[in-house]
Amino acid sequence: MSAAPTSVGMHEPLLEVRDLTVSYRGSSGTVAAVTNLSFTVAAGETVAIVGESGSGKSTTASAITGLLPTAAKVSSGSIRLDGVELAGASDRVLRGVRGRTVGLVPQDPGVSLNPTIRVGRQIGEAVVAARGPRGRSLDADVEKLLIDVGIDDPELRARQFPHELSGGQKQRVLIAIALAGSPKLIIADEPTSALDVTVQRRILDHLESLVHAHGTSLLIITHDLAVAADRADRVLVLADGELVEQGPSAQILRLPSQDYTRTLIAAAPALSTDGRLVVRHSVAAQTAQEPADEVLRVTGLRKVFPIRGAGRERQEFVAVDNVDLVIRRGETTAIVGESGSGKTTTLRLALGLERATAGSVIFGGEEVVGRHWRSLRHLRHRIQLVQQNPFGSLDPRFTVFDSIVEPLVANRVGDRASRRRRADELIDLVQLPRTVLGRIPRELSGGQRQRVAIARALALEPELILLDEPVSALDATVQGQVLELLVDLQRRLGVSYLFVSHDLAVVAQLAHQVLVLQGGVVVEEGPADTVLRSPSHPYTRELIAAVPGRSALIPEGAKL
Amino acid sequence: MTLELDRPAALAPGRPIPSGSALAPRGRRLSRGGVSGSAGGDDTAGSAHSAGRLRRSLAVTLPLLRRPGFVIAGGYLLGVGVAAVAPSLIAPLDPTATVPEAKLSPPAIGSWFGTDELGRDLFSRVIHGSTLSIEAALLAVGIAIVAGLVFGVLSGFIGGIVDAVVMRIVDVMLAIPALLLALAIITAIGFGTLPVAVAVGIGIVPGFARTTRAEVLRVKSLPYIEAARVGGASWLRILFTHVLPNSWGPVAVLAVLDVGAAIIAAASLSFLGFGAAPPAAEWGTLIADGRNFLITAPWVSLIPGLFVVLVVLSLNHVARTLDEVRR
Repeated sequence: MSAAPTSVGMHEPLLEVRDLTVSYRGSSGTVAAVTNLSFTVAAGETVAIVGESGSGKSTTASAITGLLPTAAKVSSGSIRLDGVELAGASDRVLRGVRGRTVGLVPQDPGVSLNPTIRVGRQIGEAVVAARGPRGRSLDADVEKLLIDVGIDDPELRARQFPHELSGGQKQRVLIAIALAGSPKLIIADEPTSALDVTVQRRILDHLESLVHAHGTSLLIITHDLAVAADRADRVLVLADGELVEQGPSAQILRLPSQDYTRTLIAAAPALSTDGRLVVRHSVAAQTAQEPADEVLRVTGLRKVFPIRGAGRERQEFVAVDNVDLVIRRGETTAIVGESGSGKTTTLRLALGLERATAGSVIFGGEEVVGRHWRSLRHLRHRIQLVQQNPFGSLDPRFTVFDSIVEPLVANRVGDRASRRRRADELIDLVQLPRTVLGRIPRELSGGQRQRVAIARALALEPELILLDEPVSALDATVQGQVLELLVDLQRRLGVSYLFVSHDLAVVAQLAHQVLVLQGGVVVEEGPADTVLRSPSHPYTRELIAAVPGRSALIPEGAKL
Repeated sequence: MTLELDRPAALAPGRPIPSGSALAPRGRRLSRGGVSGSAGGDDTAGSAHSAGRLRRSLAVTLPLLRRPGFVIAGGYLLGVGVAAVAPSLIAPLDPTATVPEAKLSPPAIGSWFGTDELGRDLFSRVIHGSTLSIEAALLAVGIAIVAGLVFGVLSGFIGGIVDAVVMRIVDVMLAIPALLLALAIITAIGFGTLPVAVAVGIGIVPGFARTTRAEVLRVKSLPYIEAARVGGASWLRILFTHVLPNSWGPVAVLAVLDVGAAIIAAASLSFLGFGAAPPAAEWGTLIADGRNFLITAPWVSLIPGLFVVLVVLSLNHVARTLDEVRR
């Protein structure tokens, strides 16, 4: 372990955390979330703290801002920020530091703004809190901040409410609020995990340039080693509240000294392969065999949503326009695009959860479009769904066993004993211990829940499983495990997947065929390695460039 | 990277997860060692199942007993419950026996609440009055829960025109003051404990309908409902196995709160003379009886009043604690 000698020649680092231990009081005594953590952040430096959920990285951020939950306490150690001791400091001291010395960009832009207050006023509040009453010049200050964070038409935006802004714009507003007091340190807690890759890239680029322009230090908290490696001068790897390894980004990536760091690198697809997307199912392997028979064929699919305009006039929003796709037995077709590109709508149309405006979906030799939900019951068990968010897709009152056998019960398949046996088989299939059958979702981790959701989808032995961003809510290492499981299941059971994702690194691991969707229109399609290695459409190229973890490894000129 | 390697060792099939090992019924599994593999699996799943359920219900109940406020309020309510079911156990004196020489005597040892203007023991009257008052309140809330659930579920689950019609009716009901509505209903259907209960019950239906509808709407849009639908579950199955159990929590809390409200409403109505006919006692009539002696013998009104206040406060506290625990 070698700390970068950044503070040599400087009087004192901006942030110095020494032997920090934070513990939570629980029903079974105190649990340390962070143990003996020491690190420094020099002025103008960007440092990333990387770890899985539960590694204590967010607790560290909360401790620095003095925003620990009531059950948590700094039990020992010191946090010195710009010469002020923050561990155990009074609320008054902390209030003076927040906003002025340290700014926080919170995790989820969707819920971090007050929905009833105009954006401009929320930024204004932060300005006043940090710099005192401003009088008439406040509007100008707010506008300047909005321009700084790269929001177009700042005068209009300042008068809008949060729900009128996109996720990326909200994130920019939050950055503006963090910048309001011209802090010396900005802490970004998972600043982009709720955003699309291309938006994420633009925001991080922008944050980076702002930090450089103002000489501000940046502390990025992330579960994604790739994001950290891209952005930070130095990376700290945290596991179970302890510092595993720290050092300059390139060194950590190329010569990790700890096994845990190697696991993290292996879990980030773009990093483990030297920054190039490696496609698992190449064309060569596919053409060697006869093309398998079709499971699902979609032609000319179109979906129009009516939206209520400002006045009486009716407007229409074309979510999906003239999409064709074919899924073959035992293969995976991936739909790639950002939010709003119509990828999830396409999936829901294929499933019959939404009614298509035009076009045809043929599954199992039958036309699905225009048919009533009930009349498709005999097809239903052959096509199943795994949803995006494993935290919402399981009934919180159902045990794992209840959830897994629910499709069997609902379709009156088998009796008690045979369902028991099937549940055991399924839980083995998704590689969970049988003891989880008696648990409820709250007692499981995100990855375990997603395995349960996959087991439920497999219960009726479907031919096709629709996967709606199945790993986007999971930690990087868990993502890798779930993807491996999906590939393994496909090999063993010959099931086909229709896979929807915004993350090309994930798509490369799973897909045989790729469709790139933009604004509801297919802009590029073809075998996975053709599309991902030699993209022809500029949008595809932008998506590939946005995959994090590339800049740290690939020299500028060698990028696609 | 192979599957075996990248999976945490603790997740290997058949090996219990450390934190859950306490509930893995290894003892029973051993005793049935001779049974075939699949049957052994059955046993594991089955008993892990019930053990898990028991452990979870204990995990909910035990912390409750560590809250002194909850224990006091709960104990008091339990006492009132016993009083309602078997009043003679707590107050052996006859509530209607008059002792003219001891009329309007203040509270004393043996005669805890004093006596009223006819020399009847107030403590006995309050305890015996519990039966009618609690009956009325529970009946009222029962009516409100049933009607409110039906309306709320219809409204939230079916939506569209049904939702619009039901909710406008509820709006109209909410626009009329509850006591006024109750008075109107009582005048229409007659006096007595049962009509009071019905009138109060109808008055609190809108609250239940609204709460149920909001919860049903929330639960209906959750991903696991869609998952169940894709799994082939019928709408009725989804309603009864997923939507209702998961929307029930806030409604149950509201029910406990509204028992308090119903007690007050029923007492108000019987105070106004719409309740049980004398000499039967209800909490409202007891309070009303004492109002002529407020200056000379304040306890005749105040003590039954205080008793009712404590019941309602306890109910509020219990409801609030349950709400906190539910979260």
